[in-house]
Amino acid sequence: MKNGTPSQTEQGETVTTTSLEVRDLNLFYGSSQALKQVSLEIPRHEVTAFIGPSGCGKSTLLRCFNRMNDLLGYVRIEGKILLDGEDIYAPDCDVIELRRRVGMVFQKSNPFPMSIYENVVYGLRIGGANEKDVLDEAVERSLKGAALWEEVKDRLKDSALGLSGGQMQRLCIARAIAVNPEVILMDEPCSALDPIATAKVEELILELKDSYTVVIVTHNMQQASRVADRTAFMYLGELIEFDETEIIFTRPANRRTEDYVTGRFG
Amino acid sequence: MNRAFPRRKPGIWTTGDAWVWLSTAGAVITVLMLVGLVGLVSYNGLSALWPHQLAQFELVDGSKALGELKRTDEDMHRIQIKSGNRDLYGIDFRWIDDVNVSNRSFPENAWALERLEHGHFYGFLTNMNASSASIDGDLETAFAKALKTMALKREELNDLESELASINTSLESLNLELLDTVDKDKRTRLEALKTEREEAFEVLRVKVDGFRSELQSQYVTMADCNGRTKDIPLFSILRAYQPNSMSVFSRTGLYLSRMLDLLTEPPREANTEGGLFPAIFGTAMMVLLMSLFTMPLGVVAAVYLREYAKEGLLVRIIRITVNNLAGVPSIVYGIFGLGFFVYGIGGTIDDWFFSNRLPTPTFGTGGLLWASLTMALLTMPVVIVATEEGLSAVPKGIREGSLALGATKFQTLMRVVLPMSSPGILTGLILSIARAAGEVAPLMLVGVAKLAPKLVVDQQFPYFHPERKFMHLGFHIYDVGFQSPNVEAAIPMVFVTTLLLLVMVLGLSSIAMVLRQRMRTKYSGGAF
Repeated sequence: MKNGTPSQTEQGETVTTTSLEVRDLNLFYGSSQALKQVSLEIPRHEVTAFIGPSGCGKSTLLRCFNRMNDLLGYVRIEGKILLDGEDIYAPDCDVIELRRRVGMVFQKSNPFPMSIYENVVYGLRIGGANEKDVLDEAVERSLKGAALWEEVKDRLKDSALGLSGGQMQRLCIARAIAVNPEVILMDEPCSALDPIATAKVEELILELKDSYTVVIVTHNMQQASRVADRTAFMYLGELIEFDETEIIFTRPANRRTEDYVTGRFG
Repeated sequence: MNRAFPRRKPGIWTTGDAWVWLSTAGAVITVLMLVGLVGLVSYNGLSALWPHQLAQFELVDGSKALGELKRTDEDMHRIQIKSGNRDLYGIDFRWIDDVNVSNRSFPENAWALERLEHGHFYGFLTNMNASSASIDGDLETAFAKALKTMALKREELNDLESELASINTSLESLNLELLDTVDKDKRTRLEALKTEREEAFEVLRVKVDGFRSELQSQYVTMADCNGRTKDIPLFSILRAYQPNSMSVFSRTGLYLSRMLDLLTEPPREANTEGGLFPAIFGTAMMVLLMSLFTMPLGVVAAVYLREYAKEGLLVRIIRITVNNLAGVPSIVYGIFGLGFFVYGIGGTIDDWFFSNRLPTPTFGTGGLLWASLTMALLTMPVVIVATEEGLSAVPKGIREGSLALGATKFQTLMRVVLPMSSPGILTGLILSIARAAGEVAPLMLVGVAKLAPKLVVDQQFPYFHPERKFMHLGFHIYDVGFQSPNVEAAIPMVFVTTLLLLVMVLGLSSIAMVLRQRMRTKYSGGAF
C-alpha cells in the first residue's frame, strides 16, 4: 500500500510518490535497542513530522536517513531504508552521494567560520564545483530559497558568525538546499530560536515542500500541526501511529497518541 | 520584624577576602620578579654600549690611573676602573683604594680607542707618523681624517680578501673534482685550469699582502696617563672618540652606531668585543628551520591521534608517552641527536655522497640541519598536545554539518576542522619557539659553535648550507660569560647578548601571536 496521492513530475510522467521507505528497522546502541520494528513510508514533496517524548527515538530515526549514525561507530542496524527504492544501507551504497541527496539541518545552527557566501557554496566546492558563475547562481538561488537573500545580499563576504540566531539557521537551510537534495531532514530546527525567527523558518518549511521532501523532528506539537502534512508519533523506540496530521491531532486511532497530543503525558 | 536568626558578621576567612589578598600577593610577587629580571637585563644590556666618561686619578704615590668607572665598593672603600691598555698593563681592570687617591679629574683631551686587538686604549694623542697623510693644522683633525681614509681602505682590503677566499674555494672544489676524474683529456684540462687559478691566487695574494703592510705601516703614537707611549697602527683602530668632551647628542650617535655594529658585525677578540650578527642569524635560522620541521610533523601526529586512531589502550599509552616526552631533559635529546642524526644519518650521507672529502666530515658533524631536527624533536610534544587540544575544541555540530553536506572526513578536516584549530596549533608553535630559542644544552652537542665565520646562507652555491655549524645567542652567553679568557671585560657583552636573546624570543613568538589573534577573530567572532 502506498501512502499519499500520485503526483505528476515536470515531464508529466507518473512516479512513485514514496520518497523514503522504512522497513522493519531495528537499531541498537551497543546492547540497548533504540528503534523497534519501525516501518513507514514518507511521501514525496510533503512535510512529515516526527513527534514524541524525549528519548523516543525520533532523532535517531531521522539520522538513519542520511546515515549520520554511522559516525558513532557502535551502532548496529537491522532492516531496510529505501530512498527512491534503493537500499541506503546496501554495501555498495555511496554514503557521500547519499548525503548529497539527503540534506540535514541541525538543532543548533552550525554555520562554518567562513563568509556567508562560502558557507552556502561549501557543499558545491567539496563536490568539485569551482566556476564562479555556477557558485554565484547557487548562492542567490539558495539564499532566496531560504528567504535570506534580501537580508544578506549586500554582505555575502562577511563572516557567517555575525548573523543572528534565526538567520544562521536559515543559512544552514540555504547551505543544505544549495546542493539540490531530494530530501531535507530537520532535527528540531526551531528549538533554539525565538518565536519570530521560528515563524519565519516554519513559513520557509511550507515553501520548501514544493521542491523537496521535508522530514522534521519537533518537540513542539503546535509546530507539527502547523507545518506537517503527516505526523508520526513515536514512543519508546516504537512507531505508535503515522497518519495525516489532522487525524493524529483530532481523532488518533491509538490511545497513547491521544494522551500525548492532548497533553496528558509527555 | 523577625529577629529569630541574627546574622553573624562573616569572618575574614568566610568572605574570602583573605584568599583574595593572598592570591593578589602571589600575582604581585610574580610580576615583580618578572619586572626585576627584565629590568636588570635591560638596564645592564642597554647601558653596556653607552660611551662612559674617562676618569683620571692622581694617586698619592705620584702615579696616575685613567679609565672608565666600573663600580664602587662601599664596604672596602675602593673603586674599580676599566683602565684598558691590555698591551701595556696586561690586565683591563684595576681596583683603586680610596685612601690612595689624591685627586680625581675628567681630562677633556683623553681619547678612547676601540681596537681590533688588545681591547680598548685610553690615553692621549702625542704624535702621528705622516707617511701618507700630511699633518696640516692640529694633530686631532689630522688623526680623525686619517681614520676616515683608513676605514675606506679597510673596506677595500676586505673586498680583496673575500675575492681571495672565493678563488681558494674554487681551487678546493677543483681539487675534489680532480680526485674523481679518470678521463685523461679532462684531467689535463682541469689541471690547466688549476694552474691558472693558482697563478691568479698568487698574484692577488701578493697584492693583498702588500696592501695590508702598507696600511699597517701608518700608526699613531699614544701616551697613557703616566706618559708611556705606544705606537698603534691606524689599521687596528675601529673607532676613536673623546668621551669627556662629547655632547649628549654625539654620545647618543656613538651609542646608536655601536648598537648597529652589534646587530650587523661579527664578533672579535674571543667574542668579547664586536657584534653578534652571526649569533642572531644562527638563532633565527635554527628556530625557523625547527618550526618547518616540528609544525607539519606535530600536526599530522596530533590529527592521527585525535581523528583517526581508535581510542583505546594503545592510543592512551601513546598520548601519555608524548606528554612525558615534553619533560625529558633536553640534554638527552642532544645525546640522541648526536647519536642518531649526526653520526647515524649524517655519517651515512657522508659515506654515500661525500666520500671524497672524508675523513673531513660534511654532514657527519654537528650542523644547523641536525640542530634544527633535534630541536624539532624536543618541541614536538608541545605541538602535538596543543594541536590535540585545538582539535577537540572544534564543536561536534560543525563536523556533522560538514559531513551532512557530503564532505568526506578528510575534506571536513582540511576545510573546517584544521582551520578552526589553528589558534591551538599556533599556541603550540609559540611555546616551541620560546623553548627552542632558549635551549642551549642539546645544541652544544649537535652543531653550535663558539665561532662560525661562515654563515649558513651566503653567496656560494647552493646558497644555503644546512650542514654548517652556526652560532647561537644562548650558547654565546655561556661562552662569553664563562669560557672567555677575560671574563671581567665580557660582562657587558653577556648582558647585551641576554637582552638580545630575550628580544628575539619575544619577537619570534609575537609573530606567531599576531597570527593566532587573527585566526581567533576569524574563527570565533560573531554575536551569540
